[in-house]
Amino acid sequence: MEQIGEILISALLVLGGLFGLVGSYGLVKLPDQMTRLHAPTKAATLGVGGVLIASLMWFAFFGEAPSWHELLITLFLFLTAPITGMMISKANMHLTWEPDELPHCGPDMQWATYGDSAERSLMDGETSQDQRDHRE
Amino acid sequence: MIEYALWFAFTCFGIGQLFCLFRLVFAPGVGDRVLALDTMAINMIALIALFGILHDTTMYFEIMMLFAMVGFVSTVAYAKFLLRGDVIE
Repeated sequence: MEQIGEILISALLVLGGLFGLVGSYGLVKLPDQMTRLHAPTKAATLGVGGVLIASLMWFAFFGEAPSWHELLITLFLFLTAPITGMMISKANMHLTWEPDELPHCGPDMQWATYGDSAERSLMDGETSQDQRDHRE
Repeated sequence: MIEYALWFAFTCFGIGQLFCLFRLVFAPGVGDRVLALDTMAINMIALIALFGILHDTTMYFEIMMLFAMVGFVSTVAYAKFLLRGDVIE
């Protein structure tokens, strides 16, 4: 029983470490801003999940009782990673892309980043003129 | 066997943390810096979890929880600031 636990925990630790390393390496290696967003939000989250599950099992096998706090933190990270990814990608879109470079998202509609709700002050002059015309 | 796996994971996350630090200092855009900071918070949670296994103590859960929450809130606040020029409107 202990042998199985050791093998399981070691495998989870190694897998988690590899995933975390790949995620952080992707942050340096990948070529552009949006692709760079993929690596940490997916791979690094998976790596941390693996390590936290390994920690849960360590305390289940060798401690007094399984500690469910780890599961809580894993769930929290898995819930929040897509949200942070979306927020950062929206900020990237807002800061680096012009509205005409993006695909159309329907008649009489604009991407939420550039719509009425978007702030003018962060965009450059030409684009904001276009936007103002479009709104009027 | 667990000890070797533990040190392997420590090494991986340590190198990952260095990569993130590199990206935080030499970043082409602001979005990359925010992302690097978020990844550093996530990697730090993993390092604290590994430290908890190494020392066989359950004392570090609250720290991990705080890291997760503060990391998430700060990343969203940064992204919101970049997007709107204001955090809370």
